[in-house]
Amino acid sequence: MTNATLEAQDVLSARTSGKEPGVPAYVARRTEAAARPGSRADREAAARPKMAVRDLNLYYKDFHALKGIDLEFPENQVTALIGPSGCGKSTLLKSLNRMNDLVEGCRIEGEVTLDGVDAYRAVDVNNLRRRVGMVFQQPNPFPMSVYDNIAFGPRTHGIKKRADLDEIVERSLRDAAIWDELKDRLKKNALGLSGGQQQRLCIARALAVRPEVLLLDESTSALDPISTAKIEELVGELKQKYTVIMVTHNMLQALRVSDKTAFFLMGEMVEAGTTDDIFTNPRDSRTADYVAGRFG
Amino acid sequence: MSRLQIKEGLARALFMAAAGISLLAVALICVFLFANGVPAIAQIGLPDFLFGTTWRPANDIYGIFPMIVGSVYVTAGALLIGVPTGLLCAIFLSRFAHGKVAALLKPGVELLAGIPSVVYGFFGLVVIVPFIRENMSGRGLSLLAASVLLGIMILPTIITVAQSALDAVPRKHYEGALALGADHERSVFRVVVPAASSGIMAGIVLGVGRAIGETMAVIMVAGNQTLIPSSIFEGVRTMTANIVLEMGYAADLHRGALIATGVVLFVFILLITTLFNLIRKRGEAA
Repeated sequence: MTNATLEAQDVLSARTSGKEPGVPAYVARRTEAAARPGSRADREAAARPKMAVRDLNLYYKDFHALKGIDLEFPENQVTALIGPSGCGKSTLLKSLNRMNDLVEGCRIEGEVTLDGVDAYRAVDVNNLRRRVGMVFQQPNPFPMSVYDNIAFGPRTHGIKKRADLDEIVERSLRDAAIWDELKDRLKKNALGLSGGQQQRLCIARALAVRPEVLLLDESTSALDPISTAKIEELVGELKQKYTVIMVTHNMLQALRVSDKTAFFLMGEMVEAGTTDDIFTNPRDSRTADYVAGRFG
Repeated sequence: MSRLQIKEGLARALFMAAAGISLLAVALICVFLFANGVPAIAQIGLPDFLFGTTWRPANDIYGIFPMIVGSVYVTAGALLIGVPTGLLCAIFLSRFAHGKVAALLKPGVELLAGIPSVVYGFFGLVVIVPFIRENMSGRGLSLLAASVLLGIMILPTIITVAQSALDAVPRKHYEGALALGADHERSVFRVVVPAASSGIMAGIVLGVGRAIGETMAVIMVAGNQTLIPSSIFEGVRTMTANIVLEMGYAADLHRGALIATGVVLFVFILLITTLFNLIRKRGEAA
């Protein structure tokens, strides 16, 4: 058994008992939710979907990258997309804010909805991307000051007054839990920050345009464990205001922060459900094998 | 010593020699210029030489101020025309042009770089000069004609350097801007272009170097009067033109004064190159 699976069992046992000292608040909270009475179907039907994909098929030229995906993303919850490399989880994420439009030869069939409205045909693409923010795998702050990084989005959407921008910059940095670290460095070039700071700056930048959904594309995979822990904690707070959808290849991360998990394999969605059910009570044997660390 | 070591030693010596030759060439030019130019400057007097407004070799009066002003004016005019055009062209090539347009434009720009300057000069003489004479004012041989022509001539330098700077901006910056809801134009002009600014500046500085050193094309269209022009329709003489026009028959102090003009030009180029390196270093540090 690998270290990762041992650790996974620790986290799981912590979740089921929920009483160990030093158990992070989010785990205890989550464990209570899991212990709630009711059938699995009840728990899945808990929240209204903020976004949804229906019978989504995606092709890169001849390659069939996503096969008939049906998935709902509940409002004010964290949904994790997990699966081995190349399973299509990032591709699905990029379909939600139409970043796949940039890929030549990419063709999409089916439906993506935001608040029940067709995101491809009934919403302007720039408006869609404002409402559905994205944080990338590699931190990608613009080579300009911290302030200008945050203000870029609001300026794009027509906010010009200095006082308004000041307020947005502070609020966004506070929401991304990085205000105290950066408040004296707003004029400094963002490329001088550490990787973890850069990524939280990118989260702040995404929040500055007041999105409704936040997409995280393996946003902690390039970071050290401490930065990762900070961002995971942040995600737990962000779901109060936003709907979060995250791709992760780290199962423990999915377990720690998500409410709902969808497992992907070779372009197909094998199974989706509450995170507790996916990790403790999966329906499909492939899901069970994957979350137990037997492959991937 | 093993065979490999000998081989490496030989290769090393060969590369050193090649590098040494270019260094030697620069050093020799330096020595020649200063050895011949500095005594002339000393004899004329540095202030009189640099700031004297009269150039009359027949009376041994050598003030090159009109030529310094001429070079600066012509270069500034060329930048006024060449920088916006070249920069927009580079942005277009890097981020907007696709397929057939790009396939046509890129070789076009490369061809522009390969045209000999005397051909440019000829074009200026038969197209730009008559146009100015007939549609604007003056004789056509003017500061304006030289600026327009040089503006065209520095285009390939600015375009190629700026375009490679723009192409080198990581995709993640552009995608980051799009993901915030910015459209293509805004992402390019507000994120990609600023990110490439040090490379773009380097292209402009190289363009300045090209413009200030250009000789043949300028002589053909500038009029070459040794007077400070009072309008863009009047003739102007650059430092390079001054040297070429008179070197054939100059002797003694006159010859020295022309070489000293070369010294001044050399110092200008030295400053521009230093500026270029500073910008490049700052770009790397960022």
